[in-house]
Amino acid sequence: MLIKKILLSAVSALSLSLVATVSFALTPAEQKGLDISIEAKKRDVGWQDSTADMVMLLRNKQGQQSIREIKMKSLEVQNDGDKSLTIFNKPRDVKGTAFLSFSHPIEADEQWLFLPALKRVKRISSRNKSGPFMGSEFAFEDLSSFEVEKYSYKFLAEEDLNGLKTFKVEQYPADENSGYTRRIVWLDTQEYRVQKIDFYDRKNSLLKTLTFSDYKQYLAKHWRADKQQMINHQNGKSTELKWSHYNFKTGLSDSDFNRNSLKRAR
Amino acid sequence: MELLLHTRLNTKFTRTMTALAVCTSVLLVQPLSASEVANDVEFEASGNITVEQRYFFKEALYAEQLSHNQSSLSIEPELYWQWNGGSDSLVFSPFYRVDSQDENRTHGDIRELAYVHASDDWELRVGIRKEFWGVTEFQHLVDVINQTDGVEDFDGEDKLGQQMVNLSLVNDWGIVDVFLLQGFRERTYAGGEGRLRGALVVDKNNVSYESSAGQQHLDFAIRWAHSMGDFDFGAYWFHGTNREAYLTPSLQDPTSSLVEYSLQQHYVQMEQLGVDIQATLGDWLWKFESIYRNTSFESFWATQTGFEYSFIGVFDSNLDLGLLMEHSWDSRGEVELGTQGSLMQNDLFLGARLAFNDMQSSELLMGIGSDLDHNAFSFIIEASRRIGDNFIASLDVRLLQSNDENDLLYTLSSDDHAQLSLAWYF
Repeated sequence: MLIKKILLSAVSALSLSLVATVSFALTPAEQKGLDISIEAKKRDVGWQDSTADMVMLLRNKQGQQSIREIKMKSLEVQNDGDKSLTIFNKPRDVKGTAFLSFSHPIEADEQWLFLPALKRVKRISSRNKSGPFMGSEFAFEDLSSFEVEKYSYKFLAEEDLNGLKTFKVEQYPADENSGYTRRIVWLDTQEYRVQKIDFYDRKNSLLKTLTFSDYKQYLAKHWRADKQQMINHQNGKSTELKWSHYNFKTGLSDSDFNRNSLKRAR
Repeated sequence: MELLLHTRLNTKFTRTMTALAVCTSVLLVQPLSASEVANDVEFEASGNITVEQRYFFKEALYAEQLSHNQSSLSIEPELYWQWNGGSDSLVFSPFYRVDSQDENRTHGDIRELAYVHASDDWELRVGIRKEFWGVTEFQHLVDVINQTDGVEDFDGEDKLGQQMVNLSLVNDWGIVDVFLLQGFRERTYAGGEGRLRGALVVDKNNVSYESSAGQQHLDFAIRWAHSMGDFDFGAYWFHGTNREAYLTPSLQDPTSSLVEYSLQQHYVQMEQLGVDIQATLGDWLWKFESIYRNTSFESFWATQTGFEYSFIGVFDSNLDLGLLMEHSWDSRGEVELGTQGSLMQNDLFLGARLAFNDMQSSELLMGIGSDLDHNAFSFIIEASRRIGDNFIASLDVRLLQSNDENDLLYTLSSDDHAQLSLAWYF
């Protein structure tokens, strides 16, 4: 198992370096798709750290609602994936539960969960990318930080979307554990902000659509959408995600993202 | 005799104190509610109230025991204050349970009453706290800081608050925790009316200690914990009072003409080394725990080894299925019932956990434990689901089977039961 993993990461590292150095192997559409993602990532670099509050509104077909309240702390890590601490406040029975994640572009993420009833810190498998996050229509992978290496790309077209000029790019997940065969992403050509994503399931049929709205700019650079609406076309359920209290460069450091800070997270 | 009286007074005192504490905290919750900000101090109140009903399928094995039904109500509020942007905090979490049958189960405890100061690379925690160590699921072998609140539940996962001073140092090579523990807590056991006990009742007023300092012995522990890639390591050394008592039958009242026996608790000093390792490799979690314990009576090794494998999205759905297997081993091998226990000397555990990942967080857990040295089984099912936004309903069924009188499960084999509980979280 371990050997297989090492082999896999070696292979994926190899393929990555191939992408980087032997770029002539890409078709013009693939190159343009990659360039757009690199540019989008580049425009957001330098936020250092952030804190924000999130409310999730889960709705099923019958219109029943359920609420999730979550606090997020994130730390930008250069040349690696970000670190994040997720603190649950609602539903009340999971209050005090906290989740620490060190994400990596290629290697498996490192994840720990703190269970307040037992005061237990549990290392968990990060393989679960496709599963629902807290019973919502968001999968874990929909909420993880965007890294260029996580996908390969193909530029499809320029399209008008709600009065915005957008790039329409197809993305293919590199991770075999992804729940998707592909995503179609619309980014506006002006600021390279994601406006909409269509998710295609493992059978390559349209599963979900995510739309971003109420974008706000922070520190005259970083754009964040206050609202994200996920609609599942196959089961009729939806989840609305609302962000508030965004703060950047608050002075968080590595020491705010370890086992100790996980245990006292509030 | 003096010791006995001391213990009695102590228990009474703790009881009154916790009852008082529970009342005050409940009163406090009312006027302040949710969260308030004053002078940069943030306050939060939360907690749960749970009603629980147990039904024992068979008649009791021993005369005094309750027959079929046992009801109880418990409350556990948590009050939390933080200031200096969270660098300083105070938590207060009392607990109280009222039981309809077992007077030992009507009890209270201060689960937490602690001040924590957090700096960049160190943390100081002072007061009554809970501290969990370990990685396995079916037995928590290396977990040693807190005493088990044994009367609470069958699984032994409920713990009594422990007084401590804990300094935690964060280094590049891991976190080092130093503990000074004072005020030893005696384990709680089912009373005469209670089920889930052996033939003899453990006498909570007949307690002795090897150390002349008794309950006031100052225990010490140092632990190192670190994550390296896919591996999480922990190792510790503990010196102090053994949390497990040696239980010996003794005459309940030597002056009485009635010959009635109960179990005397004797707590000895121990030194213990503990190690826990988890390897997180894709869908596999490999787990290992081991202790080496040395007391004036004996020294031995014990291990708990196993794995957990997860299937994500089984049957093309959102369901996750986790399969667990663990083995317990103890160098003391099999012992006579009643002597200090290696009840898990060669036991195999199999489990399956089904998470529905739905809005209600529905979950189903099944487990089978089997003593490989003789014919004894335990079987558990735990199902839970959220109702509305603030309630959790759970149903637990535990079946215990043994044909061997030398097994603890034999004395419990009439105690098969179902437990239904409804918890309100606020």
